[in-house]
Amino acid sequence: MKLTCIVCPNSCELNIEKEKNEYIITGNKCKRGYYFALNELKDPRRTICTTIKTIFKDKPRLSVKTNSEVPKNKIFEIMQNINKFILKEKIEPGSIVLKNVCNTGVDIITTDEIE
Amino acid sequence: MKEYEVIIIGGGPAGMAAALKVNNEGCKALIIEREERLGGILKQCIHDGFGVLKFNERLTGPEYALKYKNIIKNKDIDILLKTFVIEIKKDKDFHIKIINENGIHILKTKTVIFSTGCRERTSKQIFIQGERPAGIYNAGTAQYMTNIMGFMPGKNCIILGSGDIGLIMARRLTLEGAKVLGVYEIKDTPSGLTRNIRQCLYDYDIPLYLSHSITKIFGKERIEAVEISKVNKNYELIENSKKIIKCDTLILSVGLIPENELLEDLGITIDKKTNGAFVDNDFMSVEIPGIFICGNALHVNDLVDYVSESGEIAGKKACEYIKNKKTNNKNTKVDINENFLYIVPQYINENSNDEIIFYFRSKKRFENAKLKIFLDDKIVEKNYNKLIPAEMEKLTIKNIKNKKISMILE
Ligand SMILES: Cc1cc2nc3c(=O)[nH]c(=O)nc-3n(C[C@H](O)[C@H](O)[C@H](O)COP(=O)(O)OP(=O)(O)OC[C@H]3O[C@@H](n4cnc5c(N)ncnc54)[C@H](O)[C@@H]3O)c2cc1C
Repeated sequence: MKLTCIVCPNSCELNIEKEKNEYIITGNKCKRGYYFALNELKDPRRTICTTIKTIFKDKPRLSVKTNSEVPKNKIFEIMQNINKFILKEKIEPGSIVLKNVCNTGVDIITTDEIE
Repeated sequence: MKEYEVIIIGGGPAGMAAALKVNNEGCKALIIEREERLGGILKQCIHDGFGVLKFNERLTGPEYALKYKNIIKNKDIDILLKTFVIEIKKDKDFHIKIINENGIHILKTKTVIFSTGCRERTSKQIFIQGERPAGIYNAGTAQYMTNIMGFMPGKNCIILGSGDIGLIMARRLTLEGAKVLGVYEIKDTPSGLTRNIRQCLYDYDIPLYLSHSITKIFGKERIEAVEISKVNKNYELIENSKKIIKCDTLILSVGLIPENELLEDLGITIDKKTNGAFVDNDFMSVEIPGIFICGNALHVNDLVDYVSESGEIAGKKACEYIKNKKTNNKNTKVDINENFLYIVPQYINENSNDEIIFYFRSKKRFENAKLKIFLDDKIVEKNYNKLIPAEMEKLTIKNIKNKKISMILE
């Protein structure tokens, strides 16, 4: 099986083979590629970057992200929750707006400021 | 008339990095930015993946911009927002004509750093004959609508071109509930980064069709469908390959071009390969000394980390230029063979003793490529597992002073 590592700009092309019960991974320039491939096979995860609605005229949308990776198959469920949220007060970048989203243990944090 | 040592045009990542460096070197900088906030295009690039090389973190565009903005805030750097540079004239110094809500003014400066970024190519729109229906956007415009204004450009989208911004928008629109029917690319290789093909298209089962193009657009008020045809290696249409696909939105992601009208007005020649100016390793224009160019205004980078790096070099070199008052930049051209798409800088300042950073792209895909660097009669070799035009490479070379340099890629 072939995979492209998405961890860094090198975009290493990984080659994965299964020998007995072990995965043999080649093509990665660093360890991160090895772990990416393993996770991708067992429990693929991604960060989500999106926006939330605000009540502020000059900034109708504020950018947010998950503060760590979430299971790939929960992405759309999480998006639905984020899209329900409306920000009503000015907060610092990095503030939590949704805690433990969809019971993933992951929080949604803001990635920009409201001036 | 207000006088400056360095005026920086454009407050994106290149301009901000340049300003900080100028400040660190003890010179006085002014940033001129036409928008309301610093940050350039990063303000709308809300996805992550920025700063992996520079900060060893996967930051989003706004986070990357904030890191710089927060440092700039506390430095003695002048900033003019909502201000356009409309003209530059040169005698002994440069005279910069600006316009903002206070009217038109002229500022005098010893050096100018161009960090005006790039804009999106729209040339492909020429295939639209007759009607001009609504629903056709550049990827960057769609990005602005979705991420800054909070509007959805449409529900059933076709993307033409496999540039990175288009790929990123394919994922973004899907996340927001739109259906992206496919990405169509005329070339037989994608234009975007491999990791973006994977995480933006494959993750969401969005098909990528290489060697395909749009040959007709249907719809009067709003786009209703497109006709898609297969093409061969010479981009000629393949008979009987036409297919009509219903859609309400067409997003164009057909590449970026450096923004440099102001440079052309000054009489600076544009390198057809980079669409930017010819510069030496100080990122100084080889035609008009005192003008420095960095970031996407010089050539289109695929990583913001390199954009910031080039801003720092331009900032540092602008200050050295002011302090030494060196005017004769004796330059030698870097010779490259036809397998390069381009190399930047195109010239080397003969007196330079610094290590030199080159950025280059290959013209086509290479497996196990070899780069031979000739420095007078010394040869250095470098191997690459893979080179593709979509991914820029960086190369650092030392001890170049007074040497002839040429490079062969094979
Ligand atoms: C629509 C779009 C989306 C992009 N998305 C990505 C992405 O997702 N990821 C990525 O890595 N790269 C992306 N890029 C590439 C991106 O340009 C670089 O990563 C980086 O932001 C370039 O930095 P810069 O400082 O050179 O230019 P910019 O960020 O473009 O900044 C240039 C600034 O100059 C200002 N300016 C220009 N002309 C004048 C003038 N005459 N007077 C005053 N101000 C002026 C502009 O307003 C702007 O703020 C994108 C580019 C575009 C055009």
